[in-house]
Amino acid sequence: MDLSEQAENIKRISGVDTKKCLRCGKCTASCPNYEDMEYHPHQFVYFIENGYLDRLLKSDAAFRCMTCFACVERCPRDVKPAKLIEAVRLTLVRQKDSNRLKPYDIIENLNADLPQQAIVSAMRKYTK
Amino acid sequence: MQRIGVFICWCGSNIAATVDVKKVAAAALNEPGVVFSADYQYMCSASGQGLVKDAIREKGLTGVVVCSCSPRMHEATFRKAAESCGLNPYMVEIANIREHCSWIHKDVAEGTEKAVILMRAAVAKVNLNQSLVAGKSDVVKRALVIGGGIAGIQTALDIAEAGYEVDIVEKKPTIGGKMAQLDKTFPTLDCSACILTPKMVDAAAHDKIKIYSYSEVESVSGFVGNFTAKIRKKARFVKEDLCTGCGLCTEKCPSRKTPNEFNEGMNTRSAIYIPFAQAVPKYAVIDPAACLHFKTGKCGLCERTCDAKAVDYNQKDETIERKYGAIVVATGYNVIKLDNFGEYGYTENPDVITSLELERIMNAAGPTGGALLRPSDKTHPQKIVFVQCVGSRGQRPCDKPYCSKICCMYTAKHAMLIREKYPDTEVYVFYIDVRTPGKNFEEFYRRAVEQYGVHYVKGQVGKVAENAGKLRVYGSDLLMNEQIVIDADLVVLAAAIEPDESAKKIATMLTTGIDTNNFLTEAHPKLRPVESATAGIFLSGVCQGPKDIPETVSQASAAAVKVIGLLAKDQITCNPCVARSDELLCNGCSSCEKVCPYGAITYIDKEVNDHGKREVRRIASVNEAVCQGCGACTVACPSGAMDLKGFTNKQIMAEVDAICR
Repeated sequence: MDLSEQAENIKRISGVDTKKCLRCGKCTASCPNYEDMEYHPHQFVYFIENGYLDRLLKSDAAFRCMTCFACVERCPRDVKPAKLIEAVRLTLVRQKDSNRLKPYDIIENLNADLPQQAIVSAMRKYTK
Repeated sequence: MQRIGVFICWCGSNIAATVDVKKVAAAALNEPGVVFSADYQYMCSASGQGLVKDAIREKGLTGVVVCSCSPRMHEATFRKAAESCGLNPYMVEIANIREHCSWIHKDVAEGTEKAVILMRAAVAKVNLNQSLVAGKSDVVKRALVIGGGIAGIQTALDIAEAGYEVDIVEKKPTIGGKMAQLDKTFPTLDCSACILTPKMVDAAAHDKIKIYSYSEVESVSGFVGNFTAKIRKKARFVKEDLCTGCGLCTEKCPSRKTPNEFNEGMNTRSAIYIPFAQAVPKYAVIDPAACLHFKTGKCGLCERTCDAKAVDYNQKDETIERKYGAIVVATGYNVIKLDNFGEYGYTENPDVITSLELERIMNAAGPTGGALLRPSDKTHPQKIVFVQCVGSRGQRPCDKPYCSKICCMYTAKHAMLIREKYPDTEVYVFYIDVRTPGKNFEEFYRRAVEQYGVHYVKGQVGKVAENAGKLRVYGSDLLMNEQIVIDADLVVLAAAIEPDESAKKIATMLTTGIDTNNFLTEAHPKLRPVESATAGIFLSGVCQGPKDIPETVSQASAAAVKVIGLLAKDQITCNPCVARSDELLCNGCSSCEKVCPYGAITYIDKEVNDHGKREVRRIASVNEAVCQGCGACTVACPSGAMDLKGFTNKQIMAEVDAICR
């Protein structure tokens, strides 16, 4: 798949229509993990619509998203940037040898405060 | 047998590019009754109409079919042409081969086939057409204006100046509407009250204008030129003929904790109150929900205080019935409720306010006497953040999809006024787009930026949170591509505007159209912007769509002109296509009476001659002046007795047969 096909695929699997974006930036204004992300929610929308997907694929911004859905909740146009970020993440982990979390890594990081739910969702998020 | 002429219009290339007009003209000659056919480039032009007129005269036509655009465009044109050479105008039918055919087809063969079928149906109908004569009905020379804001006031003043009577019905105790609440107006920054109150006084003093304040329109019946409205005058518990508006009662009233509507609830008022100093009419009104006398049966202080003996606790609502020739809807707007916008913290934080609340804070008659003080601790805010497009241009359930149009300009106004009066204040405006079309509007906005140093930030605010006595505002600065955080003292939200909740009820009452956002629909978005689709009902101000004051006043005057044009006529021509009941078929079941939206059908006992058998029967009778020809009764009638002139069941069936042939 070339980049434009990949961008189309990301839009298709996320169900996001990037053309609905009003360019208001409310998603980025709402993002609690702004400091930690190289690219911000509004840039995911803009880059995918305008052919700059390669930058997103080279960055780990998609993995820094905390999936808190603040951007989805507050977007006045119902664009759902977090869904788009999720689709970029899926595109990356589905590539060969791209699992970001291996089961035996979990054992090392286990501690009493870590909820089981977090482990399950981390496996879903970082692996195929 | 009719002698029918068929005329096919090319409409330039609009029709001729998709329909083979020559073929349609040739096919017409094979239809029963058709004695002549012709095609022409522009049938609606003077020479095109000449073609029709000549044929009527020379060929002795008794019926005409014009295959052209929608009858909404040119039916009247061709009927007039026919009438000018002695043919009854209702012997003319239009086959719409533009909107219904050429514009929606690409293939010439298919388009032509359909055009022939549409022509055939129209010819079949004309074969059964009968001459109809339109009746006349008198015009009541008085207009009703619903809503007493600037739109209603301007419309009423213009109608009254032309010499016609006007009644303004306003649901609040005073006229003035939203404009009375504003401090200054853009782009000239003149004081809103200073330009509005003279108009309010003019309206009250005009001998042709009658103001029903604190009143609502309950019901409307009738039709263009002859409406009857029931107006409910709510009890003020103060006699209008005695009250002098001195305000002594409002000072003595011990119940003083009701939020003051005029100041957007930012201070309180007494139970007996006068909305504001320049109220028109200036009579006190008792709010029974707050009054101690109504709650406990005691007190009575206002009654004892009033020297004029105007207080009357036993006053009751009163219903008045008045006749009108025309009705203007000017119900205006409200700012949306912000309960569902949790991200801005409007309901939790007193220092997050709407622009209309800021308008009251800035006003000398407002809760702070005109000093810019924030509501929580009454201190002067050093840093103020304005947020644009709050609830406008969105798609969430709490959002409005449209642009509220006035916010960019009033925000620039607020920012400018604050920087002018308090130069030490830092002002930020978060915007998505700055929209300033209008005379001197862009210049006004640029002045806010260039002369007054207002910081315009391209981006939206995502969150406002209370933080150590300040408001932490998280916004994005898209030109910097950064999230920015501002610790502000006051946040002002430019909340979307929506039609007043009464608009929906009134539209239903007047059987006129309303769109998905509850704005009333104009008859044509470009060419008939102040008329509704219902004859005799006109639109003025924001009830039709978001507008600023200059636009509202222009539209209000335009609506007045339309009303004057109607009231200037002594009689208007009625639509002859009305219902008719066949007394021999009618079984007196009342089905038609129940469905008639205009109350045009009554039942009478009449002696009929049923094939030699004479008897008195209960039968439907149609008031032709009231019937609007909607056809609901013809569908409801179980015995087929009801028919619509010009659209009889026979004619419709003939059209269907011709299409299916």
